[in-house]
Amino acid sequence: MQFLERNLPKIMLAPSFVAILIFVYGFIAWTGWVSLTRSRLMPRYEIDGLIQYQRLFDSLRWDTAFGNLFLFGALFIGISMILGLVLAIFLDQNIRAEGAIRTIYLYPMALSMIVTGTAWKWILNPGLGLEAMVRSWGYEDFTFDWLVNSDMAIYTIVIAAIWQSSGFVMALFLAGLRSVDGEIIKAAQIDGIPTWRVYSAIIIPSMAPIFLSAFIVLAHLAIKSFDLVIALTGGGPGFATDLPATYMFSMAFSRGDIGQAASSAMVMMGVVFAIVVPYLYSELRAKND
Amino acid sequence: MTDTAIAYSPARSQGQIMKLVLRWLLYVLLITFALFYLAPLFVMLTTSLKTLEEIRTGDLISLPREVTFDAWRTAWSGACTGIQCEGVRPFFWNSVLIAFPAVILSTLIGAMNGYVVAQWQFKGANIFFALLLFGCFIPFQVVLLPMARMLGLMGIAGTIPGLIFVHVVYGLGFTTLFFRNYYVSIPSELVKAAKVDGAGFFRIFWSIFLPLSLPIIVVTVIWQFTQIWNDFLFGVSFSQAGTQPVTVALNNIVNSTTGVKEYNVDMAAAIIAALPTLIVYVIAGKYFVRGLTAGSVKG
Amino acid sequence: MKKSVYAVSAFALCVAGAVHAEPQAEVLHYWTSGGEAKSVAVLQEEFAANGGTWTDMPVAGGGGDAAGTALRARVLSGNAPTAAQIKGPAIQEWYEEGVLADISAVAEENGWADVLPASIASHMQCEGTWCAAPVNVHRVDWIWANADVLAANDITMPTTWEEFNAAAEKLQAAGIIPLAHGGQAWQDATVFEAVALGLLGPDGFRKAFVELDQDALTSDEMIAVFDQMRVLRGYVDPNFPGRDWNLATAMVMNGEAAFQVMGDWAKGEFLAAGKTPGEDFLCASTPGEGFLYNVDSFAMFDVDGDDKKAGQALLAELIVGTKFQEVFNLNKGSIPARVDVALDAFDSCAVLSAEDMNASSEGGSLLPSYAHGMALRGAQSGAITDVVTSHFNSDMSSEEAVQQLASAVLNSL
Repeated sequence: MQFLERNLPKIMLAPSFVAILIFVYGFIAWTGWVSLTRSRLMPRYEIDGLIQYQRLFDSLRWDTAFGNLFLFGALFIGISMILGLVLAIFLDQNIRAEGAIRTIYLYPMALSMIVTGTAWKWILNPGLGLEAMVRSWGYEDFTFDWLVNSDMAIYTIVIAAIWQSSGFVMALFLAGLRSVDGEIIKAAQIDGIPTWRVYSAIIIPSMAPIFLSAFIVLAHLAIKSFDLVIALTGGGPGFATDLPATYMFSMAFSRGDIGQAASSAMVMMGVVFAIVVPYLYSELRAKND
Repeated sequence: MTDTAIAYSPARSQGQIMKLVLRWLLYVLLITFALFYLAPLFVMLTTSLKTLEEIRTGDLISLPREVTFDAWRTAWSGACTGIQCEGVRPFFWNSVLIAFPAVILSTLIGAMNGYVVAQWQFKGANIFFALLLFGCFIPFQVVLLPMARMLGLMGIAGTIPGLIFVHVVYGLGFTTLFFRNYYVSIPSELVKAAKVDGAGFFRIFWSIFLPLSLPIIVVTVIWQFTQIWNDFLFGVSFSQAGTQPVTVALNNIVNSTTGVKEYNVDMAAAIIAALPTLIVYVIAGKYFVRGLTAGSVKG
Repeated sequence: MKKSVYAVSAFALCVAGAVHAEPQAEVLHYWTSGGEAKSVAVLQEEFAANGGTWTDMPVAGGGGDAAGTALRARVLSGNAPTAAQIKGPAIQEWYEEGVLADISAVAEENGWADVLPASIASHMQCEGTWCAAPVNVHRVDWIWANADVLAANDITMPTTWEEFNAAAEKLQAAGIIPLAHGGQAWQDATVFEAVALGLLGPDGFRKAFVELDQDALTSDEMIAVFDQMRVLRGYVDPNFPGRDWNLATAMVMNGEAAFQVMGDWAKGEFLAAGKTPGEDFLCASTPGEGFLYNVDSFAMFDVDGDDKKAGQALLAELIVGTKFQEVFNLNKGSIPARVDVALDAFDSCAVLSAEDMNASSEGGSLLPSYAHGMALRGAQSGAITDVVTSHFNSDMSSEEAVQQLASAVLNSL
């Protein structure tokens, strides 16, 4: 009984622990194994060296997809953070109808991209959407053809992704602003410090944990971005907007090249590891102090 | 609000005019962004109210010339999702059967995990938490095939319990993260005092922590509900005839391969499928920010 | 009466003791919308009329990507569907995994070998046994045109790619988009293979895209194919990337564009808009000889239970039966896979397609479409498509494209 009582916390964690070991780490190990085989339509288990990685690094399409991950990830995370912060600060100025505006900013997170992809596709299409609309107002020279331009199409993915997630980041920051001690701000204002200084010197630095939370949510969305690309560009024009997740899916499920898909997954996990582990380390160390 | 009252007083100083201008600018900016966020919804709504002929003849983003709700009726109960032509209605119930238990279970387990990790520190608890967090980042495409095998071995392949199981397992990372960050800010003296009073592990959780947790429960439930309701990948992989969720039906309507596309029905179906999550955001949105404020992100 | 015939044949396939097994089938397919769904419903009705119980498992998306995902998950979990829509070399790949059922008994009893064109029949066989049932034949190398636009500009349907280019120049000068095209990888590949068939000829096409002969892939003719793709790129409007094929068809319909290169499913779009073949729109095979087919088919999976086995036998028999082949293909815009179906009810384009199929079957120019997964394994055709679409959407030179083509094919294992 004593033993039970003392170990109760561990016992309560045990099922989750086992589940994570099997369903996350076991599956990563499984993927690692398959990435060393010549699996095609279905997984096979005879090890055959690093051939899949060789193929992966020889593939121009993978180069594009891998490069896009960093371009897309950096822009998406960076702009979402900035936009979210700016909108949160704006909304924090005693705005009328704050509730309504906040809901409008937040709702895209509730929609799946299977749904909104088509709408975005139309809006961004030069012949149907924004460009056609502005031109019909008489500005004949207006051009907005990123969607159909191989070099620019990745930025339309960024736009749609920001549209979906920046409201959520805004909510995070708004919550942060609201939880900053009001006394400090008042004191600063009485001292005649301008508002922007109050934000940049006092409020924003105190929200460091929120930046980290926002980062982890956004990074996880960036890495998993999949529906978005499929719905908006299908990876096109050509394969200019491919991301590792779409590359992996198309290898595994439309091309029957599971070994190749597994190797791309492993490289992707490596990237995640390199980015997330430092975060976790700093986060957990700070908490233990 | 007092700002505007001052601004309209007869004695306007330059600074006050400046303030008024800034105020207006602020509203203009906020409304511009609101338009940006609303644009896709506007396109979807207007398209769903048009006839197919009107869509065919050109303008995809304009107000409908004549409003018709036929597409909505079709999407709800008439569109073909295969041989069945009963719209998304029959699939709605599957999604409910999957989402509700999965949200409740993953939230409860997350709360318990968070409670232990935050308040009952033992050696290895942080490692557990780190492993769990890293698990949030695993791309779901990776787990599809081994998971299919596991579900088969467990005998729940293709069933609703199977789908619930998958959603709970891959929801644990975030739910635990939310609760852990929330509970960490509760002083550990509270647990100590309760222990002195003779309260046990469960009693402290049940009578002290859970009652304090409403804001973070709201946040977690919204997050999980959105994730699970909108999930397509697991839904399509681990279902069989009769257990397919609404996103799979939506995909069946929208993604015809070589058939005629009915965009108005597509859009109506899309909005219908998204209604539960939209409603949750509109109703609970207020508590969402409040819940986040209450500590989940302060850490 | 008919019912008992089917029952007997189903019975013949079953092991003893299965006398009373009622045919059961869970069918995984990706025909979920409009005409396609109606076409499958025809099969389901017939199945039910013969005492079977049909459980529908539809998964749409991207030419079956999502369906493929669901199928793999189902098979891995040991819960395979009774029948699934699979086509091309994927059938043989699934067979090699050891998960397909043998339906030779049904095939032999119904004389499939006599009624199916030889090259199509070969797709349905795995190491000498029958392992899939063909539903239809889509012709891929079609060119569609707006009749009024052609008449107004004094243009006839082109029979060579030079003629096409000349016509396109004329149209462009008249302010009409010569070629309606949707820039999605599979559509790029569809146009590409039509051009390749025309310029390489049937034998050259077979060498390059069926046998993956390195010399054929890097030949001067292949460079010419990419050159023509580059020329075609100039005939497409700037907003083509990402456009759905049916929107491109709509451009032809309303006279905005003159031609579209697309499989015969495009016909369904014209017909749905109330257009008449021969009057409002014209159909012809793309310039050059040969016939590229895209055959949809169902494979049966190895499942337990006599009711399911009876279901598979019944399903296979019905799919290749004349009645279903006629009704289904009228709905779908394709033509029957079996050659002995009366074509009285079909439109002129379909009749032309059937005649061409028979002629090219005899002449040895009935070829599998690479773009629609009939000629090559997914990894190989995908590698080719990557090059085709990246060439079409950039300013890559034809020489470089050919180089990449050869190395991509080698790299695809």
